[in-house]
Amino acid sequence: MDLENNTMEAIEKIGNTPDKLIEVLIQCQSLNQQNYITEEQLNLISKGLNIPLSKAYGVASFYSMLSTSKKGKYVIQVCNSGPCYVNNSKTIAKAFQDALGISLGEVTADGLFSLEYTSCFGGCQIAPAVKINDMVYGNLTEEKVWQLVDSLRKEAV
Amino acid sequence: MKSFVSKLCGKIMPLSLKEYREHGGFLGLEKALFYMSPQEVIDEIKESRLRGRGGASFPTGVKWQLVAAEGDEEKYVVCNADEGEPGTFKDKALLEGCPFQVIEGLMISAYAVGAYKGYIYIRGEYPNSIDLFKKAINILKKEGYLGENILGQNFSFDIEVRSGAGAYVCGEETALIESIEGNSGSSRFKPPYPPNCGLWGKPTLVNNVETLANIPLIISQGAEEFLKLGTKGSKGTKLISVSGNVVNKGVFEVEFGISLREIIYDICGGLEGNKKLKFIQVGGSSGACLPELLLDLELDFDEFKKHNIGIGSGAILVVDDSCCILDFMRVTTEFFKHESCGKCTTCREGNRHIIKAIDRMIYGSGTERDMQIIKDIATIMRDSSLCGLGQAAPIPVLSLLKHFKDEFQEHINGYCSTGVCNFKGEGKSHG
Ligand SMILES: Cc1cc2nc3c(=O)[nH]c(=O)nc-3n(C[C@H](O)[C@H](O)[C@H](O)COP(=O)(O)O)c2cc1C
Ligand code: SF4
Ligand code: FES
Repeated sequence: MDLENNTMEAIEKIGNTPDKLIEVLIQCQSLNQQNYITEEQLNLISKGLNIPLSKAYGVASFYSMLSTSKKGKYVIQVCNSGPCYVNNSKTIAKAFQDALGISLGEVTADGLFSLEYTSCFGGCQIAPAVKINDMVYGNLTEEKVWQLVDSLRKEAV
Repeated sequence: MKSFVSKLCGKIMPLSLKEYREHGGFLGLEKALFYMSPQEVIDEIKESRLRGRGGASFPTGVKWQLVAAEGDEEKYVVCNADEGEPGTFKDKALLEGCPFQVIEGLMISAYAVGAYKGYIYIRGEYPNSIDLFKKAINILKKEGYLGENILGQNFSFDIEVRSGAGAYVCGEETALIESIEGNSGSSRFKPPYPPNCGLWGKPTLVNNVETLANIPLIISQGAEEFLKLGTKGSKGTKLISVSGNVVNKGVFEVEFGISLREIIYDICGGLEGNKKLKFIQVGGSSGACLPELLLDLELDFDEFKKHNIGIGSGAILVVDDSCCILDFMRVTTEFFKHESCGKCTTCREGNRHIIKAIDRMIYGSGTERDMQIIKDIATIMRDSSLCGLGQAAPIPVLSLLKHFKDEFQEHINGYCSTGVCNFKGEGKSHG
């Protein structure tokens, strides 16, 4: 029920014209602990903006910052573009998999973390870099990865 | 190093209008509104010979003229702050260092071409920039710099901030326009070009952040001052962002004419751990990879053109000799495969098939034919893709094939001298 009200509120605040679709989707995704846009939300958005559901879904699935499937509370995105690769991003990706016990594209059983690759987000100066929700962490080493996961686990409880 | 377009970054509080004004802020806009006709503004920009800093290096004044020449009542100006090219983070320095300067540039462009509405499209990965711009715009509205009859003149203008949502292709101007309209970011067929038919079918001017940040300075100081900077064919300065295996990574402002060697060894302190340079990639992932041999090349549009390469966004990736050329090529092509919007076949399928051929080589079953396949697909993509993404994806591929042919041959023979590919010494037995 809450999600419904909050979604309607978001549409009202941002505007209900079709050109606001992406802004609305970004906002709606953030309303959800699991960082994704639910089918229910997509239905509400489609009605609210007066666009076909297929359009809302199409746009939500096109952009890589938007998701229509459940993610973790912390979405860990490891950059796999050239500059980070040159600074050993592959070892960092491996370290996250080991520290979390999941593969890329998966969510931990407790729903706390999801892990994925992402394209360059402008953190190349501190490569290898990862983005966790809105935060960027850089100059990572395997050791720092374990510490980071540890401190996020503690933050979550 | 030079301090021109970025001179206020880090020097003033980004959201202090008072400080911005004390450092010459809005003098350009005032001069334009009080003393210059729109055509005079365009002429000044033409005279400065400023060229776009977003990648395509198109003459800015000429583009403005195209939009101004359109008779429509309704026109738009757009600031392209999508900055998605891997290794590029120079626009962020301006966005977060001096938002008012970028906005002032956008306002002057609107006055020049006759637009009443502007959009700033900022990539979703830059939440701080988005927040700053929303605040900056509110401040300017309160102070009478945005809205009706700005500074008491017959010029009304409003700006909206739009967020990207993670799509590299949305930096391409027609895909960006689609995205502002609320659609998936697929590039449009061109022509018509945005200056004739852009946002909601109306004449639209799209300019890069750095291009726009140069505008207030050119107008307030005059084109003549600007012409003093740079080389014969490339005027002004360029923001470059250096990344990779280099001691000092970061954003630096340099004057055109500086050599790549000076940038890497003098400004950036050379390679980390004094390793040997293997190649540099100029212009982000869609740029050419150049061997040590070409390091004395000067940063200059015409010099680069002689070698058939572009300066692009100004990103420079420095790579040392521990890197395997094939593995690197796989990483860049994987990027384009992921970011392809899928509208045209050559780009959608081409990247996938290049990766397949690279994989055969990396896993030890590659043959001469795979090299030829990569070359053929890359050439077809370059020549027939619909937008700049598919046209540029083959650039690194073809340049690596050209400059590092031996390393491909080595892999065909079942050997990877950097030790990255783990079939070392096992010949083709994996095939
Ligand atoms: C795939 C692709 C991505 C692009 N990304 C950007 C970008 O992030 N920022 C940008 O300013 N221009 C980008 N461009 C170039 C724009 O299409 C356009 O040429 C530019 O914004 C024009 O501004 P300028 O004339 O001031 O350079 C991109 C082009 C392509 C083909
Ligand atoms: S070249 Fe690639 S990104 Fe551009 S329109 Fe074609 S498929 Fe889309
Ligand atoms: S390449 Fe990883 S953040 Fe830019």
